[in-house]
Amino acid sequence: MATFSVLVEVKLRPGIADPQGSTIERSLPHLGFDGIAGVKVGKAIRFTCEAADEAACRAEVDDMAHRFLTNPVIEDYDLTVHEVGA
Amino acid sequence: MTRIGVVLFPGSNCEQDAVEAVTGLGGDADLLWHGEESLGDADAVIVPGGFAHGDYLRPGAIARFSPIMGAVARFAADGGPVVGICNGFQVLTEAGLLPGALQKNAGLKFLCTTVGLRVETTTTVLTSEARAGQILQIPINHFEGSYTCSPETLRQLHEEDRVVLRYVDNPNGSIDDIAGVCNEGRNVVGLMPHPERACHPLLGSTDGQPLLRSLLAATSPRTLLR
Repeated sequence: MATFSVLVEVKLRPGIADPQGSTIERSLPHLGFDGIAGVKVGKAIRFTCEAADEAACRAEVDDMAHRFLTNPVIEDYDLTVHEVGA
Repeated sequence: MTRIGVVLFPGSNCEQDAVEAVTGLGGDADLLWHGEESLGDADAVIVPGGFAHGDYLRPGAIARFSPIMGAVARFAADGGPVVGICNGFQVLTEAGLLPGALQKNAGLKFLCTTVGLRVETTTTVLTSEARAGQILQIPINHFEGSYTCSPETLRQLHEEDRVVLRYVDNPNGSIDDIAGVCNEGRNVVGLMPHPERACHPLLGSTDGQPLLRSLLAATSPRTLLR
């Protein structure tokens, strides 16, 4: 078994309104930050996972993300996995 | 007497309002702890408002895995009347008993006000005693009440006449002004507004009564079948 560091970045699906992102984007020019576009707000969920290998870890986290960590109706996710120790 | 089971999660806060409203209309109500695996002898179920499990992760995301939700799903599949109010609506969408999802309000404000609702269909367990087109004054009290769904789901809701209630003046950015929807069997209804808070003149409106009376009436045939 090995230990993996996992980062699940939960983001809204394309086409789903992101009122937090739009509000931040509208505020930035007032603070002197120009040329910023496409602001999106999501969630970062971090944990460690013990698994036989990276593929097994990813399979476990994919299952977790579909059933619990995201709502597939409105959310999608990106997965980053690094081995941190055996 | 018709018995309404009102589900109680840690963090629910409208369960007593639901119990009071139902008993005020001549029904009987029991609280059902979320850790139970049975609905007892309930003839209908209300999943009430609040912040079940603190709304951690997403509203309803943890509550949908509570032991009682298995019993609620079986009851619903069997045709039993189930109504989710506010957080209860969020729980039912997370549980897959109703389509779509509830998103943060478009204005990013927690909304606590009374709104006008139009009854769009009367062939559901929550609206049989109302009139189509009737405008009801009912309070809302939510931050994540903006209904959203895929274009395919929306088309299906339209084709099957499953939009139950619409906002007269959309307060939260809900797609197509949707305030409440039902499942295919029309026995599961979810809505963001709180009919149980509009059941006594002292509360400023009694417009919630026809809705909860519908739920009490919906339970009758089931009781007769036993």
